[in-house]
Amino acid sequence: MPKVTLSHFEAALLFAFFTSIVLGVVTRKTDRERGVYGLYSFGWFLAALFGLGWLMFLGNR
Amino acid sequence: MKEKTAKEPRPPINLWGPAVGVGWLVPGGGHFLLKRYGRAGLLAFAVAGMYLFGLMMRGTLFQPERGPDLLTTLIQYGGFIGNVASGLPYLLTVWLGYSQPDVPGAVHDYGTKFLVGAGLLNVLALVDAYDIAVGKKD
Repeated sequence: MPKVTLSHFEAALLFAFFTSIVLGVVTRKTDRERGVYGLYSFGWFLAALFGLGWLMFLGNR
Repeated sequence: MKEKTAKEPRPPINLWGPAVGVGWLVPGGGHFLLKRYGRAGLLAFAVAGMYLFGLMMRGTLFQPERGPDLLTTLIQYGGFIGNVASGLPYLLTVWLGYSQPDVPGAVHDYGTKFLVGAGLLNVLALVDAYDIAVGKKD
């Protein structure tokens, strides 16, 4: 099994990607709604990621 | 006075048992059994993908053991349940002798969370398979 070394950002992005797929699949009724919800979840994960990142950056100055 | 609502009868286990059982063992398998092939493929990809990345980041598997305090015990048992919820990927990992000690480091820590997260995603998939099997969802 190869070993991978990811940055915080890459690991969080990967987590958001896989989780958004599952959230999209299990929460809506039509395929279109599932796709939209998956993208919506992924967008919110990204927003939280950048928001918290900036918050930590500014809080650490 | 509160009105008592009639309790819905619990669906028979032969209706949802196979889908939930197979879904636990093989991520996405419950949906496959219920002929939701596209969704089954996506779930298998997401759960197995997260689990594999957890392994490649050398995450630690939790053991069901008591810790020195209640919080540690809860984390150990909760993590173990999360790991086991992945089904076959977890069983194969243990049978093939994967044994990663808990070492400090962000990547290892992410790996540990990915291994538990994969199991929790599979739990979401199981709940969905149950809903489909008993006719609450399409």
